[in-house]
Amino acid sequence: MANFVIVGAGECGARAAFALREKGFDGAITLIGSEAHLPYERPPLSKDALVAGAGPKLVAEATRYAEARIDVLTGRAVVEIDRAGNRILFDDGAALPYDKLLLATGARPRALPGTRHGGRIAALRSHDDAARIRAHLVEGSHIAILGGGFIGLELAASARKLGATVTLIEGLPRVLSRGVPAEIAEIVAHRHAAEGVEILCGAKVAGVEELPGEVCLTLESGRIVSANLLVVGIGAVPNTELAEAAGLVVENGISVDGRLRTSDPDIFAAGDCTSYPLPLYGERRIRLESWRNAQEQGQLAAANMLGGTQAHSAVPWFWSDQYDMTLQIAGLADGAATTVRREVGEGAFILFHLDAGGRLIAASGIGPGNVVARDIRLAEMLIAARVHPDPAELAAPETKLKKLLAA
Amino acid sequence: MSDTWVEVCAADEIDEEDVIRFDHSGRTFAIYRSPEDTYHATDGLCTHEKIHLADGLVMDHVIECPKHNGRFNYKTGEAKGAPVCVDLRTYPVKVEGGTVFIGL
Ligand SMILES: Cc1cc2nc3c(=O)[nH]c(=O)nc-3n(C[C@H](O)[C@H](O)[C@H](O)COP(=O)(O)OP(=O)(O)OC[C@H]3O[C@@H](n4cnc5c(N)ncnc54)[C@H](O)[C@@H]3O)c2cc1C
Ligand code: FES
Repeated sequence: MANFVIVGAGECGARAAFALREKGFDGAITLIGSEAHLPYERPPLSKDALVAGAGPKLVAEATRYAEARIDVLTGRAVVEIDRAGNRILFDDGAALPYDKLLLATGARPRALPGTRHGGRIAALRSHDDAARIRAHLVEGSHIAILGGGFIGLELAASARKLGATVTLIEGLPRVLSRGVPAEIAEIVAHRHAAEGVEILCGAKVAGVEELPGEVCLTLESGRIVSANLLVVGIGAVPNTELAEAAGLVVENGISVDGRLRTSDPDIFAAGDCTSYPLPLYGERRIRLESWRNAQEQGQLAAANMLGGTQAHSAVPWFWSDQYDMTLQIAGLADGAATTVRREVGEGAFILFHLDAGGRLIAASGIGPGNVVARDIRLAEMLIAARVHPDPAELAAPETKLKKLLAA
Repeated sequence: MSDTWVEVCAADEIDEEDVIRFDHSGRTFAIYRSPEDTYHATDGLCTHEKIHLADGLVMDHVIECPKHNGRFNYKTGEAKGAPVCVDLRTYPVKVEGGTVFIGL
């Protein structure tokens, strides 16, 4: 009987495991994760679940793994891939043979140089991180957030809902400088300011000191920010050590081809830990940290572990929730030559990004609730279809994007 | 069997291959018009998180949730895979004299 092993029991690993069964694989499936919990969704950790103090939102209940005959090993870390012996080794010395191996090891928060996560310095990646942070989010407490990316900003919104005072420190001149147009970032920053979040942009940290009962940040400007907790949200680094030690190619993530194969034909990689070539953008190699990408790649890796030959071609897609606003982005906007704005109503709008040749390469939208969702989804399909739409038509609210797709 | 037929809207208030939200006595529904001009109804909220499906996109016989793209067949209520795994409840619909009714 064939043995398929998945290292990393996150969104991606769990989806891959179920997809193997759904596609008719009859051998053994072992899903291994170093966390104590069954695979759970990470996006809620900075959003409503953090506010509600909810338990982990599981990708699937335990009974579904049993029904699908997926052996889930939680709280077990894989420390080595023995490629010559086609087996993996656990931290306790145990070994498990594989016929095909999927690496879905995800990413971990980048640490601020010179500091460690623990005590009054935290990062937000796991359910346990969220629980620890939440304990500090009470009326009257002050939290400092380092990094104005999605996680830092979502956390700021949640912290305000719980009544904590928030100072957010960003080293660059504006928040959300990675992948989000300035026009949208500005709306986000204004909303946070209106909700009472103090945002310090262009602020560099000169030192961090943990004192009894507080943590003190000294900025290069000389300003001192003291808080009950510092949450570091300055990005994530892919978990590539296993792959690297096994001699697999790693370039900003475990390097795979379009079919998610590593440089070893028996080993695949998918999700946040992986860099892959994107045909829509000239085969440029990227690494995404996106929930839908983790799902899609998990499912595709499963199909290809079973002999499939399909290449990953999905349009990158991401969302973020802050207060009552949702932001959605489809495609990659860097490299845009022209941007066209379309009003969606209720103050919501979408920016369409076209390259120098007039091809639609990305769309970014923001608005209350889910008002931008439908148009972003259609934009995503237009991007996949590599269309060269008339900018005036895109801008006109009366143009039905569905019609452009049919054209 | 449905006990009562409740009036929803005029048939032409829903575009072809589209959906609207319909709230009735504290509950919320999604009412669809298919590309073949048939009408259908499901519970209004996604089974993943409680999000109004009527903000989503209808493609053929599928409604896609606006939040994380979970998909359902709106004729049968069937969840079409991750991230949704629980089916939607469906309701009978009839069109009489140019008016759409849902059977509750
Ligand atoms: C707070 C937060 C909010 C987010 N919000 C959004 C959002 O709004 N929208 C969006 O699109 N995306 C969001 N994301 C990103 C999304 O959650 C990730 O893209 C997704 O979780 C990636 O899934 P993955 O399975 O590739 O990796 P992960 O979820 O990181 O899972 C990898 C798992 O592998 C385990 N592992 C690693 N190495 C080993 C080993 N050697 N042995 C055993 N186990 C191992 C890890 O412990 C981990 O449990 C958010 C992420 C966070 C942290
Ligand atoms: S709320 Fe519908 S897919 Fe998540």
